[in-house]
Amino acid sequence: MRPVGAILRKDLLVELRTKESVPSMAIFAVTTFVIFHFGLDRDRLEGELAAGVLWVTILFAAILGINRIFVAEREQGGFDGILMAPIERTSLLIAKAGALFTYLLALELVALPVFALFFLSDGFWEALPRLLVVAVLADLGLATVGALLASIAVHTRARDLLLPLLLLPLTLPVMIGAAAATKPLLSIPLETSGVGKWLAVLALYDLIFGLLAYAVFDFLMED
Amino acid sequence: MLATAIALVFFYAPNDADQGFVQKIFYVHVPLAIVALIGFVVAGLLGVMHLRTRDDRWDYRSYVAIHMGVIFGVGVLITGAIWAKAAWGKWWVWDEPTLVSFLIVFLLYVTYYPLRYSIEDPQRRARYASVFAITAGAFVPINFIAVRLAENLVHPRVLNQTAGDMPGEMRLTFLVALAGMALLYMTLVKLELTSKHARGQLRRLRRLLEEEGSPGGAAPPPIVTVPAKPE
Amino acid sequence: MEVEQAEPAQVSEGEAGTEAILLREVTRRYGEREALHAVSTSLEAGRTLAVFGPNGAGKTTLLRMLATLLVPHAGTLRVLGSDLPRESHRVRPLVGFLSHDPLLYRDLSGRENLAFYAQLYEVADAAARIAHLLEATGMTRRADEPIRNLSRGMAQRLAVCRAVLHRPRLLLLDEPRAHLDPEAASAVDGLIGPGSDATRVLVTHDVEHGLAEADRVLALRAGHVAADAPAAHVSAADIRGVYGGAVA
Repeated sequence: MRPVGAILRKDLLVELRTKESVPSMAIFAVTTFVIFHFGLDRDRLEGELAAGVLWVTILFAAILGINRIFVAEREQGGFDGILMAPIERTSLLIAKAGALFTYLLALELVALPVFALFFLSDGFWEALPRLLVVAVLADLGLATVGALLASIAVHTRARDLLLPLLLLPLTLPVMIGAAAATKPLLSIPLETSGVGKWLAVLALYDLIFGLLAYAVFDFLMED
Repeated sequence: MLATAIALVFFYAPNDADQGFVQKIFYVHVPLAIVALIGFVVAGLLGVMHLRTRDDRWDYRSYVAIHMGVIFGVGVLITGAIWAKAAWGKWWVWDEPTLVSFLIVFLLYVTYYPLRYSIEDPQRRARYASVFAITAGAFVPINFIAVRLAENLVHPRVLNQTAGDMPGEMRLTFLVALAGMALLYMTLVKLELTSKHARGQLRRLRRLLEEEGSPGGAAPPPIVTVPAKPE
Repeated sequence: MEVEQAEPAQVSEGEAGTEAILLREVTRRYGEREALHAVSTSLEAGRTLAVFGPNGAGKTTLLRMLATLLVPHAGTLRVLGSDLPRESHRVRPLVGFLSHDPLLYRDLSGRENLAFYAQLYEVADAAARIAHLLEATGMTRRADEPIRNLSRGMAQRLAVCRAVLHRPRLLLLDEPRAHLDPEAASAVDGLIGPGSDATRVLVTHDVEHGLAEADRVLALRAGHVAADAPAAHVSAADIRGVYGGAVA
């Protein structure tokens, strides 16, 4: 666990200093909300439309962050440094997924209030606790699969193009689950039935892909 | 075998009363889909074998399995569109969850090609392709579950609703079609594998010939006489 | 640290078993090409192996294999008593690699980089060790600036610190003096030079330098061994011959 902590701390330190990923993701999300406002020509959203807009935006913002998660290792030869060290290589995967998870939570810290401001008439505060649970489960899935696919894409030529192509279909269940779980929470009036089923779907996805990523990661790192 | 299946489809199965002749597309569309999906999952297992044995042949097999699956997938989507148009008047419908799930899976597997193409190191390429095959193979069932849960089924599912109800002749034809499609798949896979193998051999022979021809030969002569290591 | 005179190259007195490095018919493919073909050599503990060869000869591949970054596709490879790749995890804490790339994160300072690696390698007295190394390479004053603000030569000095941070028993050095002025070169000599008691594998195009420090010489050409002999038996002219006239 210590190497995971070391790598994660290093990543967060670099991010704090360079402020590359999280601010870009946040700005992107807010801008996308504005685009949706004009594209849909709506002042207020609720229910499934609100859930859809929210989660599509978060997904695309996540892609920005995922694309950059290995940039330090790739550009500065850091892969060698980590691969040579006497640590479990899966520590790298866990650390990167942890970093992505942190970035996504930070993103949502900004994006959710702005979303409520732009589009929700009320009921946001009521919905928030459950929304956060949905967000945590969805973020876990995005972070895990994102880290795995980023580590695949990093060794290819057209990595910025390939990553979204791989990520979008694979994270579709997360999108379906997150949007479906959020829909009742953003409905007027607020409902909570049905959320549990989708939380279970998200949790199942997180579990399966978490185990899968852990199992295959060593093969990706070796040479 | 496939010829028999085709024959059966056209001459033996009774026309479905509601949907007429075009309903026969069902005998092509569904087996195509089933075989393609099983092919994808099998490709994942072949990927596991490749990672375990490091034998490149497993990677070839995995690649061809996916390749054929994608080709069959195109067939699924086209026949699906034809069926949709004939049955419900539109070329594409969203409330057919299996078709939607299949589309998603298809889009994922189509990225297999750019992935392979964009990795230069051959050993790494094979390894990463196997990881993809495994991940995507695991994804197939999850995806179908998720999409199915998401859609409120309104649409008549020939397989489901009539699973028990299918009249004997229809069921027989269906099973024959399925078997025929599976055999077609395996034949094509085998063909592709053999041709790949032959091409690989040819390349190797050609390279050997080139090397022998050149004056340098295979190894440059050593230039310092290495004294025998003293014992 | 004082720079000691390099020991005169000596013919090894057949002590099989004290070999720090043993390669037997090691082959590494790249697709259908062979980056290394049936390479064999050995090196005793505490000695220095100089590896020469033109670009593309396989020197870096060899070094990366010893660093456990690449696995051999055929042959036997044993480093510090452990078989690679099977026992790579045993070897990793004992190897220090100074590669072309400093392997330092550009947005972190030298000190932060070293602290990071100290955690990965579980270095016992990390803070003290880091301070000592920074002092030894003359980097104490600028240790807290991000790498991206430093010159290449300073980054190289920090890279040396990184390579020896965990007191490795085997040093893999790829052009260690690159980017270093003479003063810096002699400063790092104490850490990675012949005076250190580590086993060393040195890749360099500087024929004189390499020969002066070598106990054994390995020359590669197109992945094949062109020469593998004790340094005393090899002259500079022989080495230049390997380069085929394109002298360093």
